[in-house]
Amino acid sequence: MTENSILTQIPILNRLFRFQWEPSSHRHVLLYPEGMVQLNESAGAILTHVDGERSIAQIIEALQAQFPEADDSLIQDVIDFFTEAHHELHWIEFT
Amino acid sequence: MNCIGSNLPEGVGQPLWLLAELTYRCPLQCPYCSNPLNYDLNKTELSTEQWIETFRQARKMGAAQLGFSGGEPLLRDDLEQLIKAARELGFYTNLITSGMGLTLERMQAFKEAGLDHIQVSFQASDAEMNDYLSGNKRSFQEKLEVARTVKKLGYPMVFNCVIHRENIDQIDKIIELSLALESDYVELATSQYYGWALKNRDHLLPSKAQLVAAEATTNRYREQIKGKSRTKLIFVVPDYYEERPKGCMNGWGNLFLTITPDGTALPCHSARELPIQFPKVTEESIESIWYRSTGFNHFRGYGWMKEPCRSCDEKEKDFGGCRCQAFMLTGDASNADPVCAKSPHHHLITEARDNADLAQPAQGSMIYRNRKNSQQLSQTQAADLIPAQQVEME
Repeated sequence: MTENSILTQIPILNRLFRFQWEPSSHRHVLLYPEGMVQLNESAGAILTHVDGERSIAQIIEALQAQFPEADDSLIQDVIDFFTEAHHELHWIEFT
Repeated sequence: MNCIGSNLPEGVGQPLWLLAELTYRCPLQCPYCSNPLNYDLNKTELSTEQWIETFRQARKMGAAQLGFSGGEPLLRDDLEQLIKAARELGFYTNLITSGMGLTLERMQAFKEAGLDHIQVSFQASDAEMNDYLSGNKRSFQEKLEVARTVKKLGYPMVFNCVIHRENIDQIDKIIELSLALESDYVELATSQYYGWALKNRDHLLPSKAQLVAAEATTNRYREQIKGKSRTKLIFVVPDYYEERPKGCMNGWGNLFLTITPDGTALPCHSARELPIQFPKVTEESIESIWYRSTGFNHFRGYGWMKEPCRSCDEKEKDFGGCRCQAFMLTGDASNADPVCAKSPHHHLITEARDNADLAQPAQGSMIYRNRKNSQQLSQTQAADLIPAQQVEME
């Protein structure tokens, strides 16, 4: 998949996973049958914008607005995250 | 590190995983049941309100996964209420069930209450073997129906089958059944030898050759479904065929909290068989139980260890293995888990392996998990520990 085509994809969370904020450990987690992934800050920030409606390009825009101090590497980081989350980890599906 | 209190023991993790054994009642009689042998002595069950209060306290301390287990949790009429309360507290809710008696209506009610996932246990891939192992004549058809409905309602489904000597050679059929049911996860877990399974060990422990063949079959199916199916096949090897013990429960009182039907809090679901007093949620807060009780601090850290664990450079990896296994096989819970090749009791494991190579390794018939056997075993349990102590003195 080329970078341009991935930007137009609309990610949605795989139905096996639930994404939520854990107040006692101050981080986002992905919960699934009998298991849990404790997410780092950037994965948590990205997944917050996954709603099954916004494309990856729109999510990048939202993150740039949210973190104005971030440089251009943010774009590649988000693409890499979705590529891995879709192909390898199966957290994400594309609608 | 966390904000629960100021005088907490160093390095103690949060109880992320809460297992709620709602009841010891069960329609099945599986001979490898993880409930204590003497389960029938204790028929007290927490009330709805007591369970919900337990969930609330555990959630506050960081618990995120909640397993409804038993016995058979469906036998609690308030299960819908418990699911709803747990879900509202933010738990990921898992129903771990035999599926017996589970109707479409009830599954829909669970869905409305917010249940996240259902794990259905199978005993084998065909009616005859399944019903023989579960001690119930109509269990297989019911389970099939339940598994199909679980999928129809859009739940993630975990297909669980305990693997042992009597069904391991059918593992291909078991996997095929799990794939036909479109399971999301397939747990092929070889039985762990505590309680009932230890009593029936000679009947249950597969031979090395059986194990090697079953693993190869599982790998073959993994290759076959690659790219075609998202089903994840998980094969859990029995620790009896390892040379190092498992890092049991990720460390004592470190991650896992079991609450038994009467509210006794345990660091793992077998710990009730240890000669240690464990606190009850009806008498103490979970915070106090987790951080300050003698039971939960008993095997934390490394100070309790004896040789060869004490000076072992792998102790931080496996914590000396399983305390319950050490106790049940050697009579002393502070000993190294005999699975470890460095343990002076390791011969207990190799002898069991050698025995499993025999054509007829077991004497007598399997002891099913039921009330009559539980009552009988409760009386003889103390006497059963004597052979283990003799081993120590030799």
